[in-house]
Amino acid sequence: MDLGSHAGFIIATYLVTTVVVALLIGWTTADYFTQKRALAELERRGITRRSASPRPSGVKEPA
Amino acid sequence: MPMALIDLANPTRFVALVERVLPWLIGATIIAFAIGLRGVALVPDDYQQGATVKIMYIHVPNAWLSTFVWGVMSVAALGTLVWRHPLADVAAKCAAPLGAAFTFLALVTGSLWGRPMWGTYWVWDARLTSVLILFLMYLGLIALWRTIDDPARAGRAAAILTLVGAVNLPIIKFSVDWWNTLHQPASVFRMGGSTIDPSLLAPLFWMALAFTLMFLTLHLAAMRNEIMRRRVRTLLLTQAERA
Repeated sequence: MDLGSHAGFIIATYLVTTVVVALLIGWTTADYFTQKRALAELERRGITRRSASPRPSGVKEPA
Repeated sequence: MPMALIDLANPTRFVALVERVLPWLIGATIIAFAIGLRGVALVPDDYQQGATVKIMYIHVPNAWLSTFVWGVMSVAALGTLVWRHPLADVAAKCAAPLGAAFTFLALVTGSLWGRPMWGTYWVWDARLTSVLILFLMYLGLIALWRTIDDPARAGRAAAILTLVGAVNLPIIKFSVDWWNTLHQPASVFRMGGSTIDPSLLAPLFWMALAFTLMFLTLHLAAMRNEIMRRRVRTLLLTQAERA
């Protein structure tokens, strides 16, 4: 593929776009795992929503 | 309001739907990008722009999304202020950083195209300036959301600002008709049909579809994250009140 005399501008366009898209995907994915961890930590401490079934600490679930 | 929208007012139901839909959206986005990028690689050089026309396949979809996302936020703002839909301000808040990123890319790629074609990276003409204002408005909205701690209060303030800012959308669209600008007039969606040759237009369609699907994917994922963040916040506040 011959990009001609303005190859630098074309490559820069695709490079900048790739970086920004990668940042958006990375930021969204990292945020998901952060919130998931935070909710799991609260649940582990017995802090749950009313709609979620409470699991009293020390009570083992049936096998 | 349609029943489907009322059903989705339940955040738990909405998160479950997002979990089901996301893998399909990710797949569709990857396929659209694969078809689009293959088309861009094979597209013939433009008789005036040469290979620089390949910049258009990034610039045009991002320019389109920069205004489309504000449109989505404006509908969400109505949802917050008029219908009081519980997910409306979540939708608006999560769209803003994506809209800012697309507008940033539209500005940067436009500059990278302008230098070889116009001989300059930037001119203060109506189209470029109105899009720069749009970018600053996105940043302002993001700052506003970060300034107010209570999500509901922040959502209402941001909704008003979003609707005021929507005035800029027709200005961006018609700036090339109302004023004498360096930016060319509409060439894809216009009365009398597109002025672009079909061989150049097909990859542009696929790239626009791919970027739009990517926006939908990231937007839904970010909304799910925001719902989880608000659950964490509510649980921590409830715990603090009990203590």
